[in-house]
Amino acid sequence: MHTIWTIAKRELATFFDSLIAYIILTLFLGFSGFFTWLYGNDIFLVGQANLRMFFNIASWSLFFFIPAITMKMVAEERKTGTLELLLTKSVSDRQLILGKFLGSVLLICIALTATLPYVITVSSIGNLDNGGTICGYLGLLLLSITYTAIGIFASSITTNQIVAFMTALLIGLFFHIIFGVLAQNFTGTIGQFFDALNLQSHFESISRGVIDSKDLIYFLSITVLGLYLGEWALSKRHFS
Amino acid sequence: MDIQIEKLTKTYGPQTAVNDLSFKVKTGEVLGFLGPNGAGKSTTMKMITGYIGIEKGDIRIGGKSICEETNNFKKHIGYLPENNPLYFDMPVIDYLEFCAALQGMNKAMIGKRIREMIGVCGLNREKHKKIGELSKGYRQRVGLAQAMIHDPEILVLDEPTTGLDPNQIIEIRKLIRDLGKEKTVILSTHILPEVEATCDRILIINKGKIVADGTPETLRKQSQGNEILKLRIEDGDPNIILKSLKELNTVLTIERIQADQSMFELQSHSEQTSVREVFSLCVKKKWVLTELTPLETKLEDIFRNLTVN
Repeated sequence: MHTIWTIAKRELATFFDSLIAYIILTLFLGFSGFFTWLYGNDIFLVGQANLRMFFNIASWSLFFFIPAITMKMVAEERKTGTLELLLTKSVSDRQLILGKFLGSVLLICIALTATLPYVITVSSIGNLDNGGTICGYLGLLLLSITYTAIGIFASSITTNQIVAFMTALLIGLFFHIIFGVLAQNFTGTIGQFFDALNLQSHFESISRGVIDSKDLIYFLSITVLGLYLGEWALSKRHFS
Repeated sequence: MDIQIEKLTKTYGPQTAVNDLSFKVKTGEVLGFLGPNGAGKSTTMKMITGYIGIEKGDIRIGGKSICEETNNFKKHIGYLPENNPLYFDMPVIDYLEFCAALQGMNKAMIGKRIREMIGVCGLNREKHKKIGELSKGYRQRVGLAQAMIHDPEILVLDEPTTGLDPNQIIEIRKLIRDLGKEKTVILSTHILPEVEATCDRILIINKGKIVADGTPETLRKQSQGNEILKLRIEDGDPNIILKSLKELNTVLTIERIQADQSMFELQSHSEQTSVREVFSLCVKKKWVLTELTPLETKLEDIFRNLTVN
């Protein structure tokens, strides 16, 4: 645990030392703030004191920004050779992956915390549904860990950050859109199957305020699978 | 801690990088690992440090196989990888602290140990700079510092002195020698004088196999064969000198070195020396012996003989 925390801490420090963290935070807040408050179906148009609009937009911005956060995590280490440095210290492959995972999840948590003023603002305008808001944030968190795990897997199979970014986005695209579209186009068992894989429907059911174990299992199992595949991709060096 | 390598084999596709390699390194020994590019030095080092898996064979560290130990053995090893990878965006001190923490050192020790390493590696003026701002030699020192930060019992150094200035090279060699008294050190290098200056034992590998193993002296003796002397004899007719030298019992061959009329190269019969005979001859004939140099086989020659085929 100590090792995982050491790695996560370094990741966070690197984010804030370089400009990456600030750019991501600014873009995330700017993007979700703009669409929540200023443009299109914004919060004033809906006329209800809830943040559902924000959660929906945030899920889209996280979909794009998380691959940008995770793309360098392992790919860069592999490219510069520092991976060898890390893994020949008392660090196992799993600890490395979990450390990277924790580091990026923490950065996303910081970004989500920075949106708390939205909650305060809306709750001062009207009667905000506290349970729904908490569930909304829980949904965003679950979605974030899922995409982070996918991103880390994508980063661990290549030495090129752009490839890692694109791969993560491509895999994410399936969960975010394509499975949903397929679910609409098929009926019966196949339709149900694709609907079960559709991340949006699980996210919506949580952010509506319903915490179902089915949804929790969905997010957690993709996360675990992503991290496990990441570890597997690292361990492949032993057998080549 | 001893390192024992038994029948180690590693193939990359159709290529055999390490082929049935077996050797042992004892505590208090500095082993120089030599070989041409692609001989399997780095691959072997990567297997010892646990970066890549063992295909066949076994590596035992302190008697325990690293296949069974998984991660425990790593904290006994300090490793400086090839090309010295580092985090360029980290300041030197933070980086050393990070490495120490990863090796599981306790917090109280870390600060003291970092100060020690900064002193030993001469990093005092650069300690707050980011690693990316340092010159190549200083980066190398940081790489050495991180390898030694947790005071490991085994040091595996892949080309430790590349990029250092001559003064620093001498210091680092001395450091390695001192460390080698109580630790187990394996270092690979292309710089042959370095091996002579630092290593107790040399292991030359070629195409994944050991081709020579021993101290610099024994290797030299093995490949040297007969004694060869370079002579300069003056105050006499070169032809007569040549003829008289040829008649000595111990002399196998003698030839005149063309550039200078009175220079000769003399080879003795095996296990015999002609030094005294040459001197007595000169005294008898009243010639002046102005130069007598025994020619030692250089490590370069041994290396070339063993690895070029």
